[in-house]
Amino acid sequence: MFESLQSIVELGSTQQKAFWQIVLEDDLSERQVSREVSIKQMTDTWDAMLLAAAAYDKNLRSQSGLVGGDGDKMEQYRTCFGKSLCGDFVLKAIAGALQMGESNACMKRIVAAPTAGACGVLPAVLVPYYLEKRGTLDEMIQALYVSAGIGQVIAHRASISGAAGGCQAEIGSASAMAAGALVHLLGGDNMQIIHAAAMSLKNLLGLVCDPVAGLVEVPCVKRNVIGAVNAMSCADMAMAGIISKIPPDQVIDAMGEVGEKMDVSLRETAKGGLAATPEGIDVASRFSQSQNSH
Amino acid sequence: MAICMNLFDILGPVMVGPSSSHTAGAVRIGHISRILLKEKPVKAEIYLHGSFATTGIGHGTDKALVAGLLGMKPDDERIPDSFALARDAGLQFSFETRNIKDAHPNTALLKLTGEGGNKTEIQAASIGGGRITVHRVNGVDVDFSAEKPTLIVHNIDMPGRIAKVTSLLYEKQVNIATMQLYRSKRGGIAVMVMELDQPVDREIIQWVEKQDGITKVTYIDMEENQNV
Repeated sequence: MFESLQSIVELGSTQQKAFWQIVLEDDLSERQVSREVSIKQMTDTWDAMLLAAAAYDKNLRSQSGLVGGDGDKMEQYRTCFGKSLCGDFVLKAIAGALQMGESNACMKRIVAAPTAGACGVLPAVLVPYYLEKRGTLDEMIQALYVSAGIGQVIAHRASISGAAGGCQAEIGSASAMAAGALVHLLGGDNMQIIHAAAMSLKNLLGLVCDPVAGLVEVPCVKRNVIGAVNAMSCADMAMAGIISKIPPDQVIDAMGEVGEKMDVSLRETAKGGLAATPEGIDVASRFSQSQNSH
Repeated sequence: MAICMNLFDILGPVMVGPSSSHTAGAVRIGHISRILLKEKPVKAEIYLHGSFATTGIGHGTDKALVAGLLGMKPDDERIPDSFALARDAGLQFSFETRNIKDAHPNTALLKLTGEGGNKTEIQAASIGGGRITVHRVNGVDVDFSAEKPTLIVHNIDMPGRIAKVTSLLYEKQVNIATMQLYRSKRGGIAVMVMELDQPVDREIIQWVEKQDGITKVTYIDMEENQNV
């Protein structure tokens, strides 16, 4: 297992290998599995993401009733409005992120990436990329190895849990993973991959985990959108030759440090931030009453 | 905090939402409890502690635990309908909030009765990312995750039991990754928990069951489709 993104890049340059190959080979030695087994497992994971994206049901509502249907509204807007600010691909990503986040809240099958709350970020950018035939199946699988390798280093050096590090650890990590995957797909090199990841994480540094009523609904679903859009802008910045002035591994360490300093009320306890607004408290008490009358 | 996560802990699990700890982990707790009961459950008294009690219902923790008791896995799309499916399967269940001393915030305690009259009591916690730890089985404190094939041997606490079981496993080329021994009191019931690197055959389990002083053997392999 790699303790830094830098070490993956260094191994890549001594062995003349792509980021995804280094991550794949590490998985083989780490878990003592064959190349076929690992790739089959990653292909199944991709399959599950595609299926989950296709299985969105606009009529479902979450347990609290707060979440559902927005992904469909966004899709209608994309196809009908014609004067939107974001281009078509970005709109697809926004709709995809909302839909996957809603599916998760409504107890549909999803792929945690790296967590269930952040499950919409990666498929939001990867699924439309694939469906538009910009990437082959092999390339998509490679991109998933890139994203998992980035996630692994973040989990090791900092955290991918909202309870430990706030939303920056969940949506921030997912965004960094997605940015790296996109750079791979766009033909960027290993250094560009880790700088895209670093910029994504930097942009979401300090993001708190403040779920209303403690549910993975508000603001979680919409935060998948910022994770996806941020990943796209950072991938494009990296492809343009822009780098993170703070080295990528130091950015991850900073995220870990910010998470530790974050007040516990802002780490998935539903005691601060949006959860503690008058409306947030109202929603929570209405929800708990409806549960007690069950 | 250095947590060792493999690639598919990062991209995965494939699961029914909304929460890996409150939903996927809860399904696993239910599923393991069913395997530990060793038969189809007909009655389940379920106690929720900490965050499982306060936000569990919003995360479908209750439906997830019942789904697990029916033998479902975390990616089963029938999880939201588990209450109705339990009624069809003849499983009665109830939920209560209980404060369990020194327990992990995401803890459930399950008191189960099986169709053949087996009774078992399990306390387990969901520790994040869909992973779980079993903390107590029938009054004996334990600590295992069931991520690897796991052999749980209840035996009368007397010398020679451990050596006998482990030597057979070595003979059958099964590597023991970790072994823990727990007992309620000296000379009473002891519980051996062995996490194995490879799955084991039914005949090995049967051989262990036949040994002197062994009262119960349970084998958990979450990768396999275990039907009890």
